Amino acid sequence: MTDLNTLKTDLIAQVDAAPDAAALEAIRISALGKSGQISELLKSLGKMSPDERREQGPLINGLRDAVAARLAERKAAMDAAELDRRLAAESVDLSLPAPPRRRGSVHPTMQVMDEMVSIFAEMGFSVAEGPDIETDFNNFTALNFPPKHPAREMHDTFFMAPDEAGERKVLRTHTSPVQVRVMRQINEKVPAWVATGQEPPIRVVVPGRTYRCDSDATHTPMFHQMEGLVIDKAVHMGHLKWTLETFISRFFETEGVVSRFRPHHFPFTEPSAEMDVQCDRSGGDIKIGQGTDWLEVVGCGMVHPNVLRNCGLDPEIWQGFAFGFGVDRLGMLKYGMPDLRDMFAGDTRWLGHYGFSPFAAPNPATGLS
Amino acid sequence: MKFTLSWLKEHLETQATVDQVVEAMTMAGLEVEHVENPAAKLAAFSVAKIVEAVQHPNADRLRVCQVDTRDGRKEIVCGAPNARVGLTTIYAPLGAFVPGSGITLEARPVRGVVSNGMLCSASELETAEESDGILELPSDLAVGTSAAEALGLEAVIDFEVTPNRPDWLGVVGIARDLAAAGLGTLKDTAVDPVKGAFPCPVSVRLDSPEACPIFAGRLIRGVKNGPSPAWLQQKLISIGLRPINTLVDITNLISYDRARPLHVYDRAKMVGDVIVARLGVGRDASAPTHTDEPTPAQHRDEQLIALDGKTYDITSEMCVIADAGGERPVGLGGVMGGESTGCSEDTTEVFVESAWFDPIRTAQTGRTTGITSDAQYRFARGVDPGFVVDGLELATRLILELCGGEASEVVVAGAAPAAPGPISFDRSYVRQLTGLALSDDRIDQILRDLGFAVDGSSVTPPTWRRDVEGRADLVEEVARIEGYDALPIEPLPDMPRPAGGVLSVRQGRMRTARRAMAALGYAETVSWSFLPRSAARLFGGGGDALMVANPISADLDCMRPSVLPNLIEAAGRNARKGFADVALFEIGPIYRGDEPADQSVVVAGLIAPHAPRRWDGGGDDPLFALKADLMALLDELGAPALQTAQGSSSSWWHPGRSARLQLGPKTIVAEFGELHPQVLKALDVAGPVLAFELNFDALPEGKRKAVKTKAALSLSPHMPLSRDFAFVVDEAVAAGDLIRAVAGADKALIAQARVFDVYRGPGLGEGVKSLAVEVLVQPQDHTLAEAEIEQLSAKVVAAAAKAVGAKLRS
Repeated sequence: MTDLNTLKTDLIAQVDAAPDAAALEAIRISALGKSGQISELLKSLGKMSPDERREQGPLINGLRDAVAARLAERKAAMDAAELDRRLAAESVDLSLPAPPRRRGSVHPTMQVMDEMVSIFAEMGFSVAEGPDIETDFNNFTALNFPPKHPAREMHDTFFMAPDEAGERKVLRTHTSPVQVRVMRQINEKVPAWVATGQEPPIRVVVPGRTYRCDSDATHTPMFHQMEGLVIDKAVHMGHLKWTLETFISRFFETEGVVSRFRPHHFPFTEPSAEMDVQCDRSGGDIKIGQGTDWLEVVGCGMVHPNVLRNCGLDPEIWQGFAFGFGVDRLGMLKYGMPDLRDMFAGDTRWLGHYGFSPFAAPNPATGLS
Repeated sequence: MKFTLSWLKEHLETQATVDQVVEAMTMAGLEVEHVENPAAKLAAFSVAKIVEAVQHPNADRLRVCQVDTRDGRKEIVCGAPNARVGLTTIYAPLGAFVPGSGITLEARPVRGVVSNGMLCSASELETAEESDGILELPSDLAVGTSAAEALGLEAVIDFEVTPNRPDWLGVVGIARDLAAAGLGTLKDTAVDPVKGAFPCPVSVRLDSPEACPIFAGRLIRGVKNGPSPAWLQQKLISIGLRPINTLVDITNLISYDRARPLHVYDRAKMVGDVIVARLGVGRDASAPTHTDEPTPAQHRDEQLIALDGKTYDITSEMCVIADAGGERPVGLGGVMGGESTGCSEDTTEVFVESAWFDPIRTAQTGRTTGITSDAQYRFARGVDPGFVVDGLELATRLILELCGGEASEVVVAGAAPAAPGPISFDRSYVRQLTGLALSDDRIDQILRDLGFAVDGSSVTPPTWRRDVEGRADLVEEVARIEGYDALPIEPLPDMPRPAGGVLSVRQGRMRTARRAMAALGYAETVSWSFLPRSAARLFGGGGDALMVANPISADLDCMRPSVLPNLIEAAGRNARKGFADVALFEIGPIYRGDEPADQSVVVAGLIAPHAPRRWDGGGDDPLFALKADLMALLDELGAPALQTAQGSSSSWWHPGRSARLQLGPKTIVAEFGELHPQVLKALDVAGPVLAFELNFDALPEGKRKAVKTKAALSLSPHMPLSRDFAFVVDEAVAAGDLIRAVAGADKALIAQARVFDVYRGPGLGEGVKSLAVEVLVQPQDHTLAEAEIEQLSAKVVAAAAKAVGAKLRS
């Protein structure tokens, strides 16, 4: 009895005093290993009489269980301590920077084009395109600018070098020549992306680059326009007014954008108009939807009968309207870019600041940007 | 075009204020640009009276005046000879800014006497060009009256005259539109003819009716020319014109009042008694300027010394007015008169011209000579051909009234160009085109108010409205005067939208590319479509057909053959500002010729790899990072599988570090790699610069589908397994070719093959390399037995050997 108690006390003391896992394993072997002290005692049970065994059995088994439990407990504590040590050694300074990832952006003019197209797409407009290097006929003559007419001078046209026949093409001064391409049936081979004569009814917008030989604080030699063209049998100025007013209020995403229509002159529309939106210029920058000033945002009108005729449509049957927005300028108004020239300078700081996230794609659920 | 309210009121009976006039103009299509109010500029100035004027103690020419002003009695030193007791004049207090002299008044002693303000002349107030002494005003003006009120200064309205409305270049034209718009009543504008007292001794001959179809004139003798009366000078000054002498001032007045330019010749300086309007003798303006052939004698170029003192070469396209039997040019018709016959204060006999010159020719002469006179501006836009003789009569009346004399009979050569013909006008077209529901009476009333003759269904425009050609023009007149505010607002009828959106596949790809590139970390730029020809040549462009004839500057003279040079330049500009690490992209057009088929749209991406140093020493090879971006982009665009071809890229790429992606042997979809150092050097940009350019037009367009149904997905229940192969190949073998062969060895089982190691060195031998390839095998219907795997391995090895001569590394 006393021996067993002494042995237990001794073994427990050894377990508690073991400095590391190896020492602990040595104790386990010396106590519970094949020839360990407790294993020997368990073996001795077989030589005992049944009465002795009944008495000694539970005592020896109790001793084994107690020592084994103490060993397991110690082992777990040591493993936990070892893991803690290892984890402590593995720690890193997470305030160190992650590998750099560049942030890309969408140019504001292109964002605005996407926004405009998505609004017009809702109204049933599709997107037509034409080349930047245009014929004089498509850019001017077909649009009712007679040759040598003073109205041509107002366009500050870039001319290409004349060809052998003396014909010189122009860099389109507006997106309106695509009107001609959309309406006019021609036997000219053009690539699939270039608009060609459609049968009315027609509803298209034409985003694109345009060019004028002009450069100052508010003019750049290249800029972007978006043309719109609707041809049908009974489409009139009231529809034009609705289309543009609806567009403007959706585009600016502000309550109470006030607009007005006033007469103007364009050779290719009759009657012609410009639309102004009310704004406030008092604070230095322009705020849409407040104030008492007016700002012109779009030129428009009913397609001139001569233009329809030049495109092979009978003005006794077909009529419609056209409009042209300055895309860069609309973007500046909506998003507050102060200087047109910066739009084309490619300064990464500017692009990062005024550019848009790729995920800001216009969407009816989350808004335009 | 500038005018004042009082001038307008000479033709329009109205109580409207300047603001009301401006509003009515704007809503009738006369776009007001600016209203200049001189009262604001002269707010500090007021009427004062000199009560005492004594000689300055220290200066002979100065007087010391006691002046009653609105600020009380002031002692003011004045150098004007007319500063005398009792004079009513204009006073400027200390602190006032004097616009005519550009100074702000300070209390400074003048020869020892402090002047407490200033007495002003007309030129100091900028109400006259020159002045002689201080202003002399009527003595009944009360002290303290504002200078603007005392001088009758008014706001000047400046507006943009659209090219279709030359009649707005006369105040009466503005008045007519405003009257129609309901702002007042148009006064009678009829002109009474003056009966000639003697036959006109000068006759007129028209040699080129296409340039000058009608020319009216008359002689007025016994005139006394000189400075025009104050009211006339004041009127011209108020709209920014300079008074010259009475005869010239009268022509300017009528030019601005009636949009009717006139010209006056000093009869004494004319040679002969025939005035001829003909085409010029000189070279064709469009002909080459330099020719070695001697000019034939009969084609000696004419010149004219014009009234502005400059000498102009006359071309055969200009309309010349000549005397001396048609020999001596004395003016460019409708543009500017000649110095030789100009009127001066000595003129006693004046020949007055009222003619009509062809607008296009006049515009061309203006461009060729660079002359932009009031006459040229009006004739180029089209002057009322129905007012030729009336204009002459109006001038006659004013000359007789202001200069005296006796007028001859009128001579008229030629006939006015045909007036606009009647237009058949169904009034319902107003509603059809605008949605405005107006009564026929209202429509007719508007047209009549604007001077149209209405007779049943026929409407005839007035002679001054040569812009009105058809019924749509009539509708504009009606709608404009009724007011666009009255237009209804009517929703566009619903139009079925194409399912799946309105964009074509190509347009959709551009949109996707934009968002994908931004998501990959590139900043979108938009750069000019033109660049310097030298840069275009570096990128295979710069052909004659792509040169801009009139570039905005010499370094933007050629259409771009590629977006890359612009992106490279932008990277350089950013680097020079201290931001060298950039990733840029642009989606835009490039031009290989001037036909539509020569224009295509590309997406170009650029990396200037100057990534910040990293604490962990990590970082990808930027060239392969760029390739990864390009592959990700192609994936987003739904591009088919492309071949990588190395060693055949365009000349602007680094020959060993660039490649092409092609679809079949001919269609180049993209090129990518490092730019050639020589190209970067020519563009003055530090390298390396990595880039790609992908042509949307090289991608198959494919069918636009509304709903993109996915192909059925079959997921194998069997575990994929991977096998590694180490091949030895010649150094020249492209890894891509090996991979293509390996992946093609058994298309049913091999899901993927990729290189995971490239090794060169001892044990391999010279001129070879080892490519380690991992092959991912995806069993489809049963787990592969060892024998099957062995069989597959043998196929892989055989395919690699056949394609690129690869051997298994031993």
